[in-house]
Amino acid sequence: MTEPLIYELSAPGRTGVKPPRLDVPEAELPDSMLRDDLPLPEVSEIDVVRHFVRLSQLNYAIDKGMYPLGSCTMKYNPKVNEVAARLPGFANLHPLQDESTVQGALYLMHTLQEYLKAIGGFAGVTLQPAAGAHGELTGVLMMRRYHQARGDMQRDTILVPDSSHGTNPASTSMSGLQVVQLPSDARGNVDLDALRAHANERVVGLMITNPNTLGLFEENIVEVVRIVHECGGLVYGDGANMNALMGVMRPGDVGIDVMHFNLHKTFSTPHGGGGPGSGPVGVAASLADYLPGPVVILDPEHSDDDHPYFTFYQPPQSIGPVKSFWGHFGVMVRAYTYIRMLGGAGLREAAEHAVLNANYLRSQLRDVYPIPYDRLCKHEFVAEGHFADAPDIRALDIGKRLIDFGVHPPTYYFPLIVHEALMIEPTETESRQTLDAYAAILRQIAEEARTQPDLLHEAPHSAPVRRLDEVTAARKPVLRYQRS
Amino acid sequence: MVFIPHTDEERCEMLQAIGLTDMAALFQDVPEAYRYPDLGLPAPLSEMEVLQELRYLADLNMDATTAPMFLGAGAYRHWVPSVVDAIISRGEFATAYTPYQPEVSQGTLQAIFEYQSLICDLTGMDVANASHYDGATAAAEAVIQAYNVFRKKRTRVVLSPTLHPHTRAVIRTYTQGMGLDIVGDDDVTMPFEQWLSLVDGNTACVLLQTPNFLGELEPLDVLLPQLRAQDPEALIAVAVNPLSLGLFKSPGEYGADIVFGEGQPLGLGLAFGGPYLGFYATREKHVRLMAGRVVGQTTDMEGRRAYVMTLTTREQHIRREKATSNICTNQGLMVLAATVYLSALGKHGLRQVAELNYHKAHYAADLLDQIPGFTVRRDKPFFNEFVVQCPAPVAEINDFLLDGMEDVSIIGGYDLAQAYPALENAMLVAVTEVCTRDDIEMLAEALTAFTNLGE
Repeated sequence: MTEPLIYELSAPGRTGVKPPRLDVPEAELPDSMLRDDLPLPEVSEIDVVRHFVRLSQLNYAIDKGMYPLGSCTMKYNPKVNEVAARLPGFANLHPLQDESTVQGALYLMHTLQEYLKAIGGFAGVTLQPAAGAHGELTGVLMMRRYHQARGDMQRDTILVPDSSHGTNPASTSMSGLQVVQLPSDARGNVDLDALRAHANERVVGLMITNPNTLGLFEENIVEVVRIVHECGGLVYGDGANMNALMGVMRPGDVGIDVMHFNLHKTFSTPHGGGGPGSGPVGVAASLADYLPGPVVILDPEHSDDDHPYFTFYQPPQSIGPVKSFWGHFGVMVRAYTYIRMLGGAGLREAAEHAVLNANYLRSQLRDVYPIPYDRLCKHEFVAEGHFADAPDIRALDIGKRLIDFGVHPPTYYFPLIVHEALMIEPTETESRQTLDAYAAILRQIAEEARTQPDLLHEAPHSAPVRRLDEVTAARKPVLRYQRS
Repeated sequence: MVFIPHTDEERCEMLQAIGLTDMAALFQDVPEAYRYPDLGLPAPLSEMEVLQELRYLADLNMDATTAPMFLGAGAYRHWVPSVVDAIISRGEFATAYTPYQPEVSQGTLQAIFEYQSLICDLTGMDVANASHYDGATAAAEAVIQAYNVFRKKRTRVVLSPTLHPHTRAVIRTYTQGMGLDIVGDDDVTMPFEQWLSLVDGNTACVLLQTPNFLGELEPLDVLLPQLRAQDPEALIAVAVNPLSLGLFKSPGEYGADIVFGEGQPLGLGLAFGGPYLGFYATREKHVRLMAGRVVGQTTDMEGRRAYVMTLTTREQHIRREKATSNICTNQGLMVLAATVYLSALGKHGLRQVAELNYHKAHYAADLLDQIPGFTVRRDKPFFNEFVVQCPAPVAEINDFLLDGMEDVSIIGGYDLAQAYPALENAMLVAVTEVCTRDDIEMLAEALTAFTNLGE
């Protein structure tokens, strides 16, 4: 049954949660400024609880089952993270409180900065960006500023491989720079000849995802970095896929100059149905002065051996703040909790098992699904969602049919360079049993594609709703409740 | 191993299935010289131990609910009904991804659709998106929308000097590569006529805020026609405290083109500055130039009403460098919190909470005004925040409120000199429904005691 909108549960005069009483005299209200009508729902508290609980039951979630969305790192979100973020001494801090009254929070932020520097091999970190794409914008603006500060004004181009996330070119154009797209070679790496051909004095830098969106380690990473640096450019690392490399390789060590982390992917903080995320950015020493401010530093003047004192600091040539206040502190607490529970060895084990799981699942599917770049993968792999002997079946159909088996589809139609791409990232927190079950479902669907293709075309059959009319939704947009 | 379910036996069998003999072989493509660095991180902790450490750290902070607090300046302590956290804690919402698979995401999608509807109703606008990171980044996206409405031909952006200072700074950061001419906010004492004259035929957008950063309600009924008279086409974007809209006419009613703001007052905790929520609403004719995700209503194959992300051809995963913004992740769970908050209070509750804020702030203003040496600025009406001119630097007064009294600590207001050097000794005092009459009277007594110190 369709769940009514909260507005449709409304009854004139019904009241919800009761506000506190007025314990001061009433002041005169400015009549001419008062609104005549506030057309919000009139519902009781139990209406609200039942409505949103029923809505929640229409969702799929990590807490329900495997969620192998490529590029999204849908690993288990530990419950302890939620307890930590809700501790009153963290949850009830005003961002502008006197620094002396928030030293525990500043310690946590400073320590998290240090951890991310250690994990990424960077000299500086800002925790301010709110998400991965926000981190990209931050990084690209810093690269731009770096060249301008050196008087290198003609640089206006960012090189982006054709396998990159859509956010990379979008962040580039928001920064006022041009995008030049580089092709991939037959092994899925950046095409070195194309890179050399475009590496010139116009290049601000290269944005590279490693492992790339095919799930493949960029085998020529050292050479790629060398070519870009030789033409005077910088290298931006898209850290969306850092789950494959924690404790295995530090991007900063191979010469990546700037990279964002996704705390909501790699460091287990929940995705929340689309956010909030957190996208801290790590930089090499050459870029540290351009970080968005403020960052947290140890204040030597007010510290002694037993009592460190932390303070906010504005980097001298900062690009400026990218957000109000200091970033998503609540997300930082969760990521800090996760890193403390895993330690260095645990982070490496997480990366190792993420890669083990992806390769294992690939091994269980490669005889059934074409895998265009079939080599050792990292945390994810990309298969093709079509079959020569079932030409009407598309990746979309396979994804929708997966829903009928109570699991979530992979990312599909990305990366763009693979035909009918199915991009599968199991993460380390799935067991062998879960992977075997997922592989068995995919094998069954491959069989159905030949024998009962309509089952796939019309899938899902058992979800709360069937396939939607997305064309009408876009042509005649209804974007808010329509009062009858 | 933490959060990894593999047994030793399974690991061996899985490696065998791949054709490898050990875990290290999984990384044979990583250059050997860089493999397995020592991260130098501290030893791992169990759940019990990590919570002990975190409790210790949390207890080093001063929980703002344990003291009377009069600090606002863009983040406000409000009472959040229990139902909000109960709903956003549900794993079905918290551990879901962006609803790209609508058949198994109707919960998230319908909640966003309800949120968009609530924001439109509050702001008096036609369409709203599914959120930005915060009010400041929403402002930057408003500037970019306006720039695109004029096909990048108009390059001037006029900012009110009483836009939140973070908002003004973030607009500059975002647009530094676009070659815009951002003016109007360098002097808070600039005469209004002079500011107004900055709006010209090259102006893409004018941004102002109400209540403004000084807590004052702007007279939009007068102001918007004045701006239109300067240039009829420049977009007018108004930042607003959404809670104030429980009581006051919306910027949409006065004809604004974009209404946006910081959604934190709508049931989001303080959380030391985030995660919060940037809400954003505009006119229907601009919907295809708006940034961010949007959810629309449609039907499924069987004709049932359902919801789906729509107008995605504006977005980065489809349009890449031609997208209206690079935004991908937004503030999903915070959107849900605001939706539950607005539903739980509803039509009557939101009005009551807004009135409580108004009356309590005015009671506080009246008390503070009576203290010798303190004068409340009353040039314009205010909502829940006002400026009081003090007889000493605000930092000094705040130190006294926090540490200078024997039995009590009070978190004082915001020191406006930090954002506006011209506003010396001016304190921005926020009073919300959580401030009791006792709290307010305690503040007045403490300030009186402060003035007596020097005598």
